[in-house]
Amino acid sequence: MTDTASPLVPGEAKALLAPPRPALSHDWRRIVRIGSIAALGQAFIALSNMPVRLDERLIVKPVLSLGYLVLLFLPLAVGYRQGHQTVREGVPVFRPGLNEVVGGFSCGLIAGGGLAVLAVLLANFDLREPLVNWSPILLDLLAFGNQAWFAAVIWLAIGAGMGTVGGVLRLLGPTSRRAVVTMAIAVAGAAVLESLVVDLAEGMGLEALTDRLYDRRGGVNWNSALGLAGVCGILAVAGRGRLRQARSRHAELQGAKRTQANAGLMALAAATLIVLPLFAGKLTNELLANVGLFVLLALGLNVVVGLAGILDLGYVAFFAVGSYSTAVLTAATSPRIAPEMPWLVALIVVVIITGLAGLFIGAPVIRMRGDYLAIVTLGFGEIIRLLFLSDWLSGWFGGSQGITMIPAADIFGLTEVSGTDPRRVFYLVLVFCALAIYVSWRLERSRMGRAWMAVREDETVAEAMGINTVNVKLLAFVVGAVLGSFSGAIFAAKVGSVFPASFLILVSIVILVVVIFGGMGNIVGVIAGAAVLIGVLGGPKQPGLLIEFSEFKLLIYGALLIWMMLARPEGLMPSVRRTRELHQQEMAQDAWLRGEVDDDGGGNRPAGPPVATQS
Amino acid sequence: MGLPRSIKNSRRKGRAFTVVIALLSVFALLAAGCGNDDDEAQAPEDTAAAAPEATTAAAPEATTAAAPEATAEQAPAEPAPDPREGALGDGSLGVVEVEEGDAIQIRSLQSITGDTASFGLPIHRAAVLAVEDYGQVRGFDVDLGTSLDDLCSNDGGQAAAQIIVADEDVIGVLGTSCSGAAVAAAPLITDAGQVLISGGNTSPALTSDLVGNPGPNFVEGYYRTAHNDLYQGAAMAKFVREDLGFSTAAAIHDGDPYTQGLAQAFVDAFEREGGNVTGFSAVNKEDTDMVPVLTEIAAGSPEALFFPIFQPAGDFIADQAPGVSGLGDTVLLAADGLLNANYLPLPQTEGMYFSGPDQRFGQNANESTGKSADELTASYEERYGEPPSSAFWAHGYDAATILLDAIEAASWTEDGSLWIDRQGVRDYLYALRGYSGIIGTLNCDDFGDCGSSKITVVQNLGGEENVQESLNNVVFSYEP
Amino acid sequence: MVPRTLRRGTPRTGVDWFLTFLRVSALTVVALGLLAFIAQEIDSDNPFARWANPDATGLTGEQFWGLVVSGVSQGAMYGLIALGYSMVYGVLGFINFAHGEVFMVGAMTGMITSNKLADAGMWESNFIGSLVLIVVVSVIVCSLTAVIMERVAYRPLRGQPRLIPLITSIGVSFFIQNASIVLLGPAAKAYPDVPDWVKTKHTFLQIEGSRILVILVAAASMICLWYVVERTKSGRAMRAVAEDSEIAALMGIDVNRTIVKVFALGGAMAGMAGILWGILFRSVIHSTGFLPGIKAFSAAVVGGIGHLGGAMTGGLTIGVAESVGPLVILEPLGVSGVSQLRDAVAFAVLIGVLLLRPSGIFGERLPAEDRT
Repeated sequence: MTDTASPLVPGEAKALLAPPRPALSHDWRRIVRIGSIAALGQAFIALSNMPVRLDERLIVKPVLSLGYLVLLFLPLAVGYRQGHQTVREGVPVFRPGLNEVVGGFSCGLIAGGGLAVLAVLLANFDLREPLVNWSPILLDLLAFGNQAWFAAVIWLAIGAGMGTVGGVLRLLGPTSRRAVVTMAIAVAGAAVLESLVVDLAEGMGLEALTDRLYDRRGGVNWNSALGLAGVCGILAVAGRGRLRQARSRHAELQGAKRTQANAGLMALAAATLIVLPLFAGKLTNELLANVGLFVLLALGLNVVVGLAGILDLGYVAFFAVGSYSTAVLTAATSPRIAPEMPWLVALIVVVIITGLAGLFIGAPVIRMRGDYLAIVTLGFGEIIRLLFLSDWLSGWFGGSQGITMIPAADIFGLTEVSGTDPRRVFYLVLVFCALAIYVSWRLERSRMGRAWMAVREDETVAEAMGINTVNVKLLAFVVGAVLGSFSGAIFAAKVGSVFPASFLILVSIVILVVVIFGGMGNIVGVIAGAAVLIGVLGGPKQPGLLIEFSEFKLLIYGALLIWMMLARPEGLMPSVRRTRELHQQEMAQDAWLRGEVDDDGGGNRPAGPPVATQS
Repeated sequence: MGLPRSIKNSRRKGRAFTVVIALLSVFALLAAGCGNDDDEAQAPEDTAAAAPEATTAAAPEATTAAAPEATAEQAPAEPAPDPREGALGDGSLGVVEVEEGDAIQIRSLQSITGDTASFGLPIHRAAVLAVEDYGQVRGFDVDLGTSLDDLCSNDGGQAAAQIIVADEDVIGVLGTSCSGAAVAAAPLITDAGQVLISGGNTSPALTSDLVGNPGPNFVEGYYRTAHNDLYQGAAMAKFVREDLGFSTAAAIHDGDPYTQGLAQAFVDAFEREGGNVTGFSAVNKEDTDMVPVLTEIAAGSPEALFFPIFQPAGDFIADQAPGVSGLGDTVLLAADGLLNANYLPLPQTEGMYFSGPDQRFGQNANESTGKSADELTASYEERYGEPPSSAFWAHGYDAATILLDAIEAASWTEDGSLWIDRQGVRDYLYALRGYSGIIGTLNCDDFGDCGSSKITVVQNLGGEENVQESLNNVVFSYEP
Repeated sequence: MVPRTLRRGTPRTGVDWFLTFLRVSALTVVALGLLAFIAQEIDSDNPFARWANPDATGLTGEQFWGLVVSGVSQGAMYGLIALGYSMVYGVLGFINFAHGEVFMVGAMTGMITSNKLADAGMWESNFIGSLVLIVVVSVIVCSLTAVIMERVAYRPLRGQPRLIPLITSIGVSFFIQNASIVLLGPAAKAYPDVPDWVKTKHTFLQIEGSRILVILVAAASMICLWYVVERTKSGRAMRAVAEDSEIAALMGIDVNRTIVKVFALGGAMAGMAGILWGILFRSVIHSTGFLPGIKAFSAAVVGGIGHLGGAMTGGLTIGVAESVGPLVILEPLGVSGVSQLRDAVAFAVLIGVLLLRPSGIFGERLPAEDRT
């Protein structure tokens, strides 16, 4: 019962250093436990069909595919992980030594054993009845085309090898460790982002570069991989600390200068986003447009969840209302009323309609307690989708046949935005994102924003301070709804048709994951979250860069959400205030549990700000 | 006080920037150095990159110019130079070069994950088998690439189509599974000069209403081997009205555009035939307790109930209908969504009627690969360990072979490269007549409906062992 | 029935007026629909019955009975699942969104075990014995799933703001559901065929054997649970922890163990419900747990969360409402395709109940600090 669940590593450097432990002095039960968890994980990954599906995607041309890569990762991770020491004040930390290597070897060996056992079982039993992926194809992949015994031996060896590598990583100093990690990430990243890189390079006339880097149809060349790793290693060593210095310099700035620096950074980001699509092909632009649509949605939900602390699980309702009202107002084929408004005029009406929808849904739920509110908003989201789907209202909204032939969005007669040209869609999304960012940013710093945060922290106290909590929360709901409707309106024009199937509960949850992953209450975090999740993994109906992962997307979303909540509930880029709140409450509420949880080691975080705010 | 610091700061930033630039150039040099050894491979790549640029430049005017002459059935417009002897097409949509050693790029866009995977996955697998069976086209390999997912939705279809059209070497796309996805994907794909051939779409909106009016979502360059819904609705209505001799019927759909369209086509045709529709209702795909909907239907006491939906909702309707008072003697009818090897063995489905594309492949064989229906079924089962779970899998096979035939007809070799005329591919497909495929004889009309329009109604004999016999147990067949 | 703000004497705001309007209009719609339905039943030709829906035909007594029975059996399952939500809420104060997936795991386990038994020939030869066996296996597997879930995902988060474990449980729900897709495949999977006495209607009361079985087993499980919670030592510990875990810990109760027991018990109930589901519908798919889970969650809220009897009542309310409601209230009002709206009706019941009684049917009024 030690530290498997303790997720954060506080700054290791400050602790006392003791000489390395002897090579064989291990808590063997712990090693076996970590190893067996990894072994089970390996078997799960293998049986989930991930390796077979991802085998098509090559990472390094002749030797490594993404399919094998996912099987190599766990032994490496546990090999590294087992060497982790919990840092407690006054308790010395052992200098890493042979001990870690032996530990990594053992952990990796057990983890590899999972696959070895699986291979033997695959060869001798037929469990295809419940487990669909229990197939000869999997055995073939595990055994590299040989017999089962070969698979058993080779995976034990590979596991042990990767585990040892993980252990050896512990021995490296921070600089070389960073270099190694950067090298690995660079090669994997180059392979994973291949389509994006190629698309961009084509636009900038750098095909020569990508032709060298990549093999003709997929995968980094062996030589280029080595070259890339070398360059990135050098870069990592040379650039060590510079990023951090820059950031801390930025953090030190005060008042007007800070604003200036922020404005400069934002101008730089804006310029990049304006110029980049010009050089990018359809693929990148489509990706950017999809990410942008989700950024808009996430910014809207961020106002509701992040700022005002209302857990709205039915946010997709506003996206749906925005899309459908745009469709009804602009499409000539709309069943009942077809005013065929120009898109911009329709947008004004859409904003009013969605605002009213926000009021209508918000009013009954706003007084409910947090968890009741979550389920009731979820119910509202589902009711709205069912109404759009129903035969009853199909005379208005087309029912299951949806509304098709939605015209392109006409922008002041200057240009027409539709799905055939994703670049224009992206520019349109960008304009609305800028608007949404500005609105959220202003609101956050306004009297209203402070009222929201007060309500989020303690509603009773906020009420006592004279804040009209109902109105304040209702306003958050309406602002969120209107921001979501922008996304809906663009979505309708982009796709050219709306069907009820685009507005499942799933969408609400994915938006929520984006907000939480990025960092609730932090605009930059939310944008980063959308870029990483929607851009790389893909949205509910939008493929990301890792098209091959689309089958496993939701599985990964689930795992990511759990891990994020356990390890960093404040998200990728936490809002400072939000972090403080989280940990304040934790300290207060946990007070009675603390002693017991400490004995148990079961994952309470060390008091004080987490690492994220230190770096 | 503030000024000097900020200047100093910006200067420091400037220096960092120089360092980054320097490092980047080092990186570029190194990368260039590393890749040196495959120079030979690189040289032709440059020209390949240049070629599509030239072709796409011609494409926009070409599409507008080609649109009015909807059915270009004639041979190339101008006398072709020597090497392209006999190849179809006039180059108006551009020409794609496939270099020696490279593969012809086509793509598969089916619904391969989620609830609709049981429908789209067999079509995708059949396409994989077809490409393997077909072998090379004029000595060039065919590459299906990464299989893309249309997610059975408009937005999913559009996003995936965007990925496909970003690759300018792609000639044709096999897909989509769901009509809703094709509505959004077809304009993008055909706009890029590629063709889209579906084995699973049946919506009349994508092609025509069968009397010469294009559907609202019709685009040139879209084809399908699946039948048009209107046939099936009419076939079922005729069967119920004439063969069973019923005058009342009801229908249930599950909110899917496909099932709703088919149920609607059925009730419309049934009323045209002089029948009386006593109920038209819907369930949700996730519903399990069907007693309420069946009670609603039972209020009109229909003689027959048509539910052209999918599993698992279809299991529950068949299971619970006999228990609802008023439906005890009602004859249950379903459509191709349930006509598969998972549904037929269920005990509650014995005696049910199913409409669908003719599954009596019998002696049919694909004329391009020479594979007979039995051989194909056998190799499917051997490869994937289960029988196909969708009635349209063979349509997917034929869709793939006609695409490859079209590529062959519209291509020629020159200087070791293969040149494919995009317009020629379309010309071949629009002119396709009397092609014998696994599903029967394929004839393409001016709106892209290529499938055999023969619809059959089969009665389930029941039992696991009788699946194949049930599929062949045709009690009614309809051909307009 | 009166909103709290009024009782406290604060002035009515626009929101209050709007809520009053909503309550009144909801009640009016329900009343109108019911009246139209009654009018139909009395005489389907009277003008009031024809007023909104000219095609109205009404239901026969047998059909109405069938609807109620189907609603009750479905509701009993919702109730069994809702017990898990309610118990966890009572003890830990957060809603375990993933509980519906435990139910799905139960149904899946039952499917796998029963198919293996059918292969071995035992399913046909000894149906009752096989049933007991799959119930035992499924209850064990589900309890384990729930306990592992608690250990991995929730225990480290104890004491965090309520939102955090709730969001984590959404992640757990996603993970389990999709793990089922990747491991067991996305297709629906069938249970083996059951004997005729389970499928056919019995002359007594005109109910299918499976539905009688469901209602009886649910009632029996409910009684067992009540006994465990109210009469045993562990049950006392659970109630003590629910009341005030701090004091309970001081009194020497092992809080962690008690919480594990609560999860195990909730999981067992979900496993039971999973098997009943399998017997009733004979088919299971990865999404089996999601919507029933959400509805059971609603049921727990409707009944008053943290209250065991309330969970069952809430389950029956939602089950009957979604079964009867569309045909009795919406159809007479002229809504077409009403069965499509049954989920909407279930959620509308949730919203309606909370509008009229913010703490659920049996819920006690909660102190102000619990509101966020």
